[in-house]
Amino acid sequence: MSDFENSALEIIIPSDTAEARRVQDVLEQGLQNVKAPDKDVFCIRLALEEALVNAIKHGNQMEITKKVFIKYTLDVDIFEIMISDEGPGFDPNDVPDPTDIENLERPCGRGLMLMRHYMTEVNYNSTGNSVRMKKVFKKA
Amino acid sequence: MSAEPRKRRLEVEEIGDVTVVNFVDRKILDEQNIQIIGEQLFELVDSEGKKKILLDFKNVDYLSSAALGKLITLNKKANTSGGKLVLCNIRPEIKEVFEITKLDKFFKIKEDEQVGLQAFA
Repeated sequence: MSDFENSALEIIIPSDTAEARRVQDVLEQGLQNVKAPDKDVFCIRLALEEALVNAIKHGNQMEITKKVFIKYTLDVDIFEIMISDEGPGFDPNDVPDPTDIENLERPCGRGLMLMRHYMTEVNYNSTGNSVRMKKVFKKA
Repeated sequence: MSAEPRKRRLEVEEIGDVTVVNFVDRKILDEQNIQIIGEQLFELVDSEGKKKILLDFKNVDYLSSAALGKLITLNKKANTSGGKLVLCNIRPEIKEVFEITKLDKFFKIKEDEQVGLQAFA
């Protein structure tokens, strides 16, 4: 097990967006407690929403019996999180570029792009059902 | 008090022939909320036949990709019915979300309500 997995706190939730909201509130409170910069809290909040919705909706297909596994560490200058679902996974390289002119009018496909923009690092496992994201806080 | 079974997620006001829409929620993130907001926005075009819609984002602190999807669909509906959609009062953090996704080129975005209303003239 990696250092991250050894020291991470874990939350397991059913595939329910109300539960995801509760997790986000807990994590946001943690970020406030370590006095993470507002801009970084904004970035993390957005990326978390996208990753949790992906896990619940696309990964677990909203099946309430399927779980979402959240592991995270929070320090004064860094936040790291791994979100895993029980779905078959996907290849992030297969997601069409939503900024291509032919895709611009498509109503979906932008979540992954926002996650990559707002977090310092975003990596999927080989199955594509677990995403690990890192945010290094910007010093004022 | 309204007797509506669903909570209104939008505040709608008519200024001249323009329908000005304010969001009640500061965070347009939650999947369920976005679904309801989408339905209420689409009703403006589909059921109420509104042609000129100005969406005011002054209350909005957060916006997710699912919300962007609803706005894209609303824009299409408005265009299809011969109408027009304009967005205004988008704070810099939210504007960045539009810029990253290049949707700032797709939507008509104006600084504030005043300039937004002029866009329909």
